[in-house]
Amino acid sequence: MARYMFLMYDVDDGFDPADEQAVLDEMRLHEEFMAAVSAAGASILGSEALEPSSTASTVRRGGDGALVTDGPFADTKEALGGFYVIEAPDLDVALRLAKICPAGNIEVRPIMEMPDDA
Amino acid sequence: MAAMEEIFRGAWPVVVASTARLTGDLDLAEDCAQEAVERALRTWPARVPDNPAGWLTTTAHRIALDRLRREATLRRKLPLLVEPAGGGDETEPTDPLRLVFTCCHPALALESQVALTLRLVCGVDVAAIAAVLLAGEAGIARRITRAKQKIAAARIPFRVPPDDELPARLDAVLTVVHLVHTAGHRGSRTDLRDTDLTGRAAGLARVLVRLLPDEPEPRALLGLILLTEARGAARTDSDGDLVLLADQDRSRWDRALIRQGLALTTSALRHGPRGRFALQAGVAGLHAMAPTWAETDWAQVVTTYDALMRVWPSPVVALNRAAARSRLPGADLAAVLREIDDLAPALTGYPYLPAARADVLARLGRPAEAAAVYDEALRLTANPVERRFLARRSTELAARSDARPEGRQSR
Repeated sequence: MARYMFLMYDVDDGFDPADEQAVLDEMRLHEEFMAAVSAAGASILGSEALEPSSTASTVRRGGDGALVTDGPFADTKEALGGFYVIEAPDLDVALRLAKICPAGNIEVRPIMEMPDDA
Repeated sequence: MAAMEEIFRGAWPVVVASTARLTGDLDLAEDCAQEAVERALRTWPARVPDNPAGWLTTTAHRIALDRLRREATLRRKLPLLVEPAGGGDETEPTDPLRLVFTCCHPALALESQVALTLRLVCGVDVAAIAAVLLAGEAGIARRITRAKQKIAAARIPFRVPPDDELPARLDAVLTVVHLVHTAGHRGSRTDLRDTDLTGRAAGLARVLVRLLPDEPEPRALLGLILLTEARGAARTDSDGDLVLLADQDRSRWDRALIRQGLALTTSALRHGPRGRFALQAGVAGLHAMAPTWAETDWAQVVTTYDALMRVWPSPVVALNRAAARSRLPGADLAAVLREIDDLAPALTGYPYLPAARADVLARLGRPAEAAAVYDEALRLTANPVERRFLARRSTELAARSDARPEGRQSR
C-alpha cells in the first residue's frame, strides 16, 4: 500500500457556510467519494477542509529574518481548499479515485515513505 | 559484429524488464543490462553461447543480485511496485510488455515517455536519444532520471493494465511507438541511420502484436510503419533531395514490405471498430496500391479521412483531408484553400499547413503568393532535406510568376 495526499484546488468563490442546501450537497459529494474509496480497496487516513485563502498568512524566511505577508504563498485563481490523505495499492487506483474526488483540480502527491516506517 | 548487435537489440527489453521485475529497481536493471552487454562484447568473440539471449538475462540477473547483496545495508530505496507473476521464473512472457506500459504511463509527460521507452525498451543511449529529440544530452538524462524516480515514488505499477484500462493505455503506448517511428522517418539529422529508429519502432510494434494478438491497433500500427518504410528509398533522389509522393519512382517501393503492410492493415480494418491507426494505415495502403499518383483512389482516401476525423478529430487530420480533397476530380480549389485557412489558428507554427496552402495556391495559378507561402513554411522547418525542397519550390514559383505577363496574375 502507498499513501497519497490529494490536494484540492478550487476557485476561491466564497462558498457560503450559511447556505444549508449548498453545505448538504457538498457533504453528500464527499460521502459518495468516501464510499468509493472503500469500494476501491483504499482507505482515508485523514482529511480537512481549509478556510478561504484570503484568511491565509505567509511567512517567507530569507537572510534578513522572516517576512510576514497577508494571503496565500501562491496567489492563483484556484487556491488550495482542502486535502485528503489516501492509502491505495498503487498510482492507478489513486488516480481513478482522484477523478471522482469532489474538487475542480486535484494534485496527487505520493507521501514520502521513511525506511523506518516499514 | 552486426549479428551481435542484432542479438543485443532483440534481447535488451527482456533483460531490462526481467531484471526490473526480479530486483524491483529500474535503475539497477538498466545498469546491469548494460554491463551484461559489455561482458558479452568482451567474451563472445571467443565463443558465442548457445542461447545468447538467455546468457544476457542470466548474466544481468547475477550482476544485479551480487550488487543487491553487497549494498543491502546501504539501500533504502523505494522498490518498483511489481505485481506478482506466476512462479519465480527467470523471465516471464509479459515482462517486456510490463516495461512498455510502465514507460508509457499517462502520469508521465509524453516527452518523458518517449525518452524512457527509447532508453529502457530500445536500449538507445542518452546521446543518441538527445540527437533524435533535438534536445541536450544533460536534459534528456535528467528527464529519464526524474521519470524513473516518479515511477518508484508515485508507485506506478510494473504490470500490464487490466482489461478495462487496456484500450486507453494501449493507445498511449502506440502513440509513443508512432512518435519514435516519425522521429526516425523524418530523420532531422543525418547520423540517424546509426540509431535506426524506424527499425526499432517496427520492432516495438512487432512485440506488441505478438503479445496482444487480439488487439487490432498494434497490427494497424505495424502495418502503417511497414507501408511508410516501403517508400523509404524513393523518398529522396540520388542527390539526397526530397521527392514527394506524387513524384516518387514507384518501382523503387519495396513490394514485400507493402504486401506485409497491406495484410496487417486489412486484418486490422476488418476487426471490429476501426481505430485511428487502422484508418491511418488505410490511407497509406491506398497510396501503396495506386499504380501512379494520378490513379490514386482519392474518393476513398477522403472517405477514410472522414472516418478518421470521427474517431480522432484533430486539425492535422483535417489538413490532410483538405489536401486529399484538392485531388478529387473537379475539386473546388478555392473552397479547399478556405478550408486550409480556417485551420490556420489551430496549427500555428506547423510547417505543413503553409506547405499545403502553397501547393493549392500554385495550382490555382497564383505563383507569387505560393512562393511567399513556401517561404513561410521554410521559416518553420529545421530538417535540412525538407528545407532544400521548400526553397526549391519557392524559387521555381517566384521565377514562374516573374515570367508571367502582369495582367494574367489571377487574384
